[in-house]
Amino acid sequence: MTPTRKRRLIGVLVIIIGVGIAAVVAMSALNENMLFFVSPTDVEEQSLPVGKRFRLGGLVAAESVSRAEDSLAVTFVVTDGAHSVDVRFDGILPDLFREGQGIIALGEMKPDGHFEADEVLAKHDENYMPPEVADALEKAGHVESEQ
Amino acid sequence: MTVELGQVSLLAALLTALTLGLIPMIGTYTGNRRFIAVSTTAALIQCLLLIISFGILTSAFVVQDFSVEYVARNSNSLLPMHYRFSAVWSAHEGSLLLWELILAVWIAAVALFSKRLPEIFRARVLAVLGWISVGFLLFIILTSNPFGRLIPSAVEGLDLNPLLQDFGLIIHPPLLYMGYVGFSVAFAFAVAALLGGEVSRDWVRWSRPWTLIAWAFLTIGIALGSWWAYYELGWGGYWFWDPVENASFMPWLVGTALIHSQAVTEKRGAFGNWTLLLALSAFSLSLLGTFLVRSGVLTSVHAFASDPTRGIFILAYLAVVVGGSLTLYAARAPKMIQGGGFAGMSRETFLLVNNLVFTVMAAMVLTGTLYPLLIDAIGAGKISVGPPYFGLLFTWLLVPMVLALPIGIYSRWQEDTASRLIGMVRWPLLASLAIGTVVWVMQPTLGFVSAAGVTGGAWVILGSLFYVGQFQFKKKSLKIPGSILAMTIAHMGLGVFLVGLSLTSTLSDEKHLRMEAGDKYQMSGYTFEFLGTKIVQGPNYTANEGEFIVSKGDEEITRLYPQKREYAQRGNMMTEAAIDPGFTRDLYVSLGEPLDQSGQAWAVRVYHKPFIRWIWLGAIFMMTGGLLAAANKRYRRKMPAKAPVKTEAKEVTA
Repeated sequence: MTPTRKRRLIGVLVIIIGVGIAAVVAMSALNENMLFFVSPTDVEEQSLPVGKRFRLGGLVAAESVSRAEDSLAVTFVVTDGAHSVDVRFDGILPDLFREGQGIIALGEMKPDGHFEADEVLAKHDENYMPPEVADALEKAGHVESEQ
Repeated sequence: MTVELGQVSLLAALLTALTLGLIPMIGTYTGNRRFIAVSTTAALIQCLLLIISFGILTSAFVVQDFSVEYVARNSNSLLPMHYRFSAVWSAHEGSLLLWELILAVWIAAVALFSKRLPEIFRARVLAVLGWISVGFLLFIILTSNPFGRLIPSAVEGLDLNPLLQDFGLIIHPPLLYMGYVGFSVAFAFAVAALLGGEVSRDWVRWSRPWTLIAWAFLTIGIALGSWWAYYELGWGGYWFWDPVENASFMPWLVGTALIHSQAVTEKRGAFGNWTLLLALSAFSLSLLGTFLVRSGVLTSVHAFASDPTRGIFILAYLAVVVGGSLTLYAARAPKMIQGGGFAGMSRETFLLVNNLVFTVMAAMVLTGTLYPLLIDAIGAGKISVGPPYFGLLFTWLLVPMVLALPIGIYSRWQEDTASRLIGMVRWPLLASLAIGTVVWVMQPTLGFVSAAGVTGGAWVILGSLFYVGQFQFKKKSLKIPGSILAMTIAHMGLGVFLVGLSLTSTLSDEKHLRMEAGDKYQMSGYTFEFLGTKIVQGPNYTANEGEFIVSKGDEEITRLYPQKREYAQRGNMMTEAAIDPGFTRDLYVSLGEPLDQSGQAWAVRVYHKPFIRWIWLGAIFMMTGGLLAAANKRYRRKMPAKAPVKTEAKEVTA
């Protein structure tokens, strides 16, 4: 093998190994940070593992929002028409958070059966329904007149 | 009526684009010079027609013609005049028209400013751009006509989405699109080079200034979007790894790799095929971004409620562009130039590291963005990829890039030695290590990763500055060559960005509070006192305006007036944060929601964000560097028709 070829071979090997390591690191990072989307019906049917983070989506049930007197703690119910889940959140809700609005909450299930959210997302456009939420509502047989 | 004229001129633009795509291309193969000459005329007429079309839509907004559906949905009689202009591109149809207008402007610019190029090559570039324009015009006319009428006409408009009633929206989309669309020029140059089987590296030199300008616009467009999100969304974040942000970031990453590999190909002839591939990819990723945003397949803060035919159209368009260009690449690339060899320790190697890092970054972002689609498609559930994935990968990938960058600046083409390079960079290296250590000792809460980030930023800045200084010393003259000045400024931008990012990510304080009038809160040495709220009337909204006194010790620093607005027409609530910006820190207050009936108690967000401005300052540096590089005189010199290919040249260009 000529020296040039040898150098090229080493170069190519270094690149392949580098890309390989990067791919492995990337895939494991991807799996660790993968958040499943779950509807209240899924919560009901699958008894999800306690302590695993996921995204819960659905509509905020009418007259379910209640606030603490002296802190930012708030509780509300997320429903997909068929089932519902109690959600607790300690923080500031987004501007478009309203009863009847489609939202996504990030957090985990607690042993007593409520969902502890650390982030609540509502979309910028009031006509826009997150596709996952729209899908979950449809599956649960909840018909949205406007969508 | 006039609005129909807008549509007529869109159709006329489509015919012109078809002419531009077809006639000059035929001319280049048959040698018919009159056919070739059509390209300039067609490019200019197309631009004029689109200016007319866009102007008509704008005037419909200005005069509040609510018989036009798009106007009725995105404007309102109370909307202030300056937002009537930006409302034109506030939703799907109008923003596509803006996209197409900007494409037409780029095409006209290529037609006007590339007279020095060989006739045939130039005609092919313009024809390829013509075909890109045909695709987008068809998309607008068939699926997203902004000139549709409402029958009967609406009495009042629905109003512009309040989030978009902001200065940031006026300038963010046009600048971002300038970048996105600008990569179509690099794409067209690459396709034209492949079509002609150009055996020279001239095409790279010709396309460099265009690529640099597009890259500079994309840089500032992305930075503006980030800045807008920071002050307008009211949660103090500046980057969310949202799919749509990723969609603009991927072309940027590949574009950054492209401008560096172009440098190698222009100077040394090496990386020729790689440069071609990057030029094709950058624009393909711009289109992919458009598809992701417009089709609504991904959950994103930017997604519009959309109709599926649009997604399918763009997907088909994407398939034609990507499939077609890659097929052409596969057929022709092996015949293209091969550059001279280079040693393991050479400037080529350092630029190779740059290219590897940037393309791997782009691949990672692409994976993270498309993975949820893949999982959904195979029916394995609906997922999303959390920001920590991206954060982790970028932190690691920045390490080799930042380490290699300053050394790469000093390195020689073709062959260099490690001992010479280490000798050159030892002072900036030691100085940046010292700076990093001092900062860490002063701010122990910084942590290792951020301290390393500050050190890396200082290393990039000092390494760049020291190079210019040394260069000056050797030459004993005060004139810095334009290309070196441009490179130094852009690289310093990365350094400034890194320092800002590192400091703000670990030293920021944030607190969500319940506050009543008279309450005080201490943060990072500042006292925030809430004085209460009052009602303020805006042109098309009513707001609760809070008043905060921020003081340090006994001294009052500033008063902040965050607002909670309710927009009359849609009944939307909007948070308007109040920020006291500074070179070394921002003080940021925003109102959450009223917590009791009387409106005495409010949910309040308080932030102290050190050095956050440096993130955008870095982007301004990068943009300036890009534009300066594009303005370099050597791109305006007349090119000989056949420049000799000096692949084995021995001279060293530092």
